[in-house]
Amino acid sequence: MSEWETVIGLEIHAQLSTKSKIFSGSSTAYGAAPNAQANLVDLGYPGVLPVLNAEAVRYAVKFGLAIGATVSRTSVFARKNYFYPDLPKGYQISQYELPIVARGKLEIVLDDGSKKVIGITRAHLEEDAGKSLHEGLPGASGIDLNRAGTPLIEIVSEPDMRSAKEAVAYMKKVHTLVRYLDICDGNMQEGSFRCDANVSVRKKGSEKFGTRAEIKNLNSFRFVEKAINYEVERQIDILESGGKVVQETRLYDPDKGETRSMRSKEEANDYRYFPDPDLLPVVLDDAFLESVRKSLPELPDQKAARFSSEYGLSAYDAGVLTSSRELAAYYEEVAKEVSSDPKLAANWVMGELAAALNKEALEIGESRLSSAALAKLLKRIQDKTISGKIAKEVFEAMWATGKDADAIIEEKGLRQITDTSAIEKAIDEVMAKNPSQLADYRAGKDKLFGFFVGQVMKATGGKANPAQLNELLKKKLAP
Amino acid sequence: MSTHEKTVAELAAGLRNKEFSSVELAKLYLDRAEASQPTLNAFVSVTRDVALAAAAEADRRIAEGKAGPLTGIPIAHKDIFCTEGIRTTCGSKMLDNFVAPYDATVVTKLKEAGCVMIGKTNMDEFAMGSSNETSYYGPVRNPWDTSMVPGGSSGGSAAAVAARVVPAATATDTGGSIRQPAALCGVTGLKPTYGRVSRYGMIAFASSLDQGGVIAASAEDAALVLGAMAGFDPRDSTSVDRPVPDYVAALNRPVKGLRIGLLKEFFEKGLDPEVEKRIREALDVYQKLGAELHEVSLPSLPLSVPTYYVVAPAECSSNLARFDGVRFGHRAGNAKDLMELYCRSRGEGFGAEVKRRIMTGTYVLSAGYYDAYYLQAQKVRQLINKDFERAFGEVDVLMGPTTPTPAFPLGAKTSDPITMYLNDIYTIGANLAGLPAMSVPCGFVGKLPVGLQIVGPHFGEEKILGAAHAYQKETDWHRRLPDGFK
Repeated sequence: MSEWETVIGLEIHAQLSTKSKIFSGSSTAYGAAPNAQANLVDLGYPGVLPVLNAEAVRYAVKFGLAIGATVSRTSVFARKNYFYPDLPKGYQISQYELPIVARGKLEIVLDDGSKKVIGITRAHLEEDAGKSLHEGLPGASGIDLNRAGTPLIEIVSEPDMRSAKEAVAYMKKVHTLVRYLDICDGNMQEGSFRCDANVSVRKKGSEKFGTRAEIKNLNSFRFVEKAINYEVERQIDILESGGKVVQETRLYDPDKGETRSMRSKEEANDYRYFPDPDLLPVVLDDAFLESVRKSLPELPDQKAARFSSEYGLSAYDAGVLTSSRELAAYYEEVAKEVSSDPKLAANWVMGELAAALNKEALEIGESRLSSAALAKLLKRIQDKTISGKIAKEVFEAMWATGKDADAIIEEKGLRQITDTSAIEKAIDEVMAKNPSQLADYRAGKDKLFGFFVGQVMKATGGKANPAQLNELLKKKLAP
Repeated sequence: MSTHEKTVAELAAGLRNKEFSSVELAKLYLDRAEASQPTLNAFVSVTRDVALAAAAEADRRIAEGKAGPLTGIPIAHKDIFCTEGIRTTCGSKMLDNFVAPYDATVVTKLKEAGCVMIGKTNMDEFAMGSSNETSYYGPVRNPWDTSMVPGGSSGGSAAAVAARVVPAATATDTGGSIRQPAALCGVTGLKPTYGRVSRYGMIAFASSLDQGGVIAASAEDAALVLGAMAGFDPRDSTSVDRPVPDYVAALNRPVKGLRIGLLKEFFEKGLDPEVEKRIREALDVYQKLGAELHEVSLPSLPLSVPTYYVVAPAECSSNLARFDGVRFGHRAGNAKDLMELYCRSRGEGFGAEVKRRIMTGTYVLSAGYYDAYYLQAQKVRQLINKDFERAFGEVDVLMGPTTPTPAFPLGAKTSDPITMYLNDIYTIGANLAGLPAMSVPCGFVGKLPVGLQIVGPHFGEEKILGAAHAYQKETDWHRRLPDGFK
């Protein structure tokens, strides 16, 4: 057991999925030609002024209410001043002293099933910067300002996490939440959801935090985990060999799997924050907050609790099935159709369906099988037209062909045999063909029961109703 | 009366009565503007072709009976307002090559009202200056005495109107940049309430103080032009959504019973005794018209200059960060790396006064100094606001001198920024409090004009215009023209 304790806080940047930018009318769509979505405001032209996008405010308030935070009645935009080519105005409009959301929390589930509350210090609105491009431009740099001015909320956690796993669990929780709220598309590859991790270590039992390093711009859960683990090792190595951790900004290199120094605190900018005189304070009244509160969807935790009580699912199953709004909706549609057996629906959605989706790296929204189609298949299990085992075969055929369950059952003649005389006939034939096994069984070798089941199934092409078969076989085999 | 001596209101009447066409007017003023350049240097650009085309269009509208009160009236824009397709320099080498791709809201509105732009007026670089000597395009000269400064930063607009090389001009006022040059050039200047006129397209100096306005020959003309410029603009979050009153209709408010507050602090040390005499004479006129004079004190007002010189540079240091040589404006050649590109582009593009203010502003916003300077200045600003509010509980308007002295010689104060800054001691308060204020010509010291300042409560433009108009009906200072421009 290590004598060191890890302390982690995350700053998550979530791009808000508003149609236009936070202070200009430009589109926020991803993937346009460089600077095709940058107007004079985004370019920081002389004389232009920012005008706040009300939708971005509504999104931030949604988030604040969803994490049980204080939504400020008055929040103020401030300028963060620094020079960089992808920052056209020479300052970023952000919030500093008075953010729109303060003091919220989220609950995560740890590996051992226990729960932990992670504090959220604040969440503030700000504009994203553009991008500098270096590839394909020998001796020069290009600037793409399409992203400049895209609305972000920066979600700052308390230093409440104690391992990379906890950090990932928290980040996933935020990821799930922002997608539930429909305020961020969560696309990490496109940079819509990314984080900076503040990592430090201290001796167990110490109250004082160690010196931290900030790892910038992590855009996958895997990178977050790897970068933090690497950084923790690095800091422990330094401390154990008598050195001191330097407060600095570091970058994670996914190819090498290591973090490296970007700039130290001594070189850090003095951002000279001050309230932006071009923008009025954002003042929100009770009626507005109430209208946003009413517009909130059922949140992941609420939904999971309801799934547990309404469908009798375990906490784990309910957690998995509510990890995205789309998956939860899919499950509920299936469960409602097979209402007598919601567990059956859960097993199929988390089992066969999840496996099939995974295999092709598809999202639930891209499933080849609609919830109605899957429900129809499960109904055939319920009404004993087919067995669970045959159903897997039908599922595969449905997935491959897009045909409906009944059509495949008919086409392939998979309908279950429930006619007692037909099953008895098959049993009789098997018994006649296997006299020695029959003798052994009757002499007390109970294990051979399975052999007979298998033989009869084989003879019926797997279509014999398993329960009926069991019952009839027991009777017939009895001495 | 020669045509160029007419006010905007008189010119509009002349256009309606077909005494002259808009094209004729444009040619008259274009010729006067071009002829005045060697003496006054009031323009950065004279836009003859654009003006003649707009004037021809105005004549068509007049012929069709679709003319408004400003259709066909020549106007000049301070070179701080962006004009589509026409160079907008802000008086700086930094923007020497800058052609704006859009019109400022003020420009659009005056265009829609039918005004004919004849040029862009010279100004202190980025509106930072009180003498028009910081312009990259050379100083503007005062038409009353060309060895004197015209005031600043809207020195070009004030000098041009004083010499009637244009009947009216737009201007901006951050610490007195409309009123001070109006006073020094003997014309009428109006800085509206903060938020009354859109700042969109007006190149920012200090966003919380900047306000567009007008310099004209008379209060009536100022009312006409303001009516066309003012109004809510969805592109400027600080513009106020409030109907624009009929300023011309408000001109004839009776002065009888008007409570005029005399700012005690404005008549204390530093005020030139001859200037004071002209102000007292003007106040006598008001008294004769039946106004009441009350002395009022704004104890925090003496703090306005130091407060201003923290707030304005702080905002300017951030507003001017966008001039980095990357996307527009001056770009240093052969920079080795990004840092050199920034440093040399800005080092070469900005003049000394702009650099001084960027450095001051950067300093007062820096970690460790923010509370002592910027935050403290914001608190004093609140106090000044409250002082004004209290005063307007007792009186309708405030009056006093616009400047402590008449125009001073070119070069007299350029080496001493503090003395230069003190020129705005009477005007800065209205900016810090966001109040509407005017300067009205009220006589001369020698051959140099003196300005009477009238300050109103928030959105009290009608009050101060009414008071100014009443005075101008009794006097003819505003109708005087300097020798050489008659």
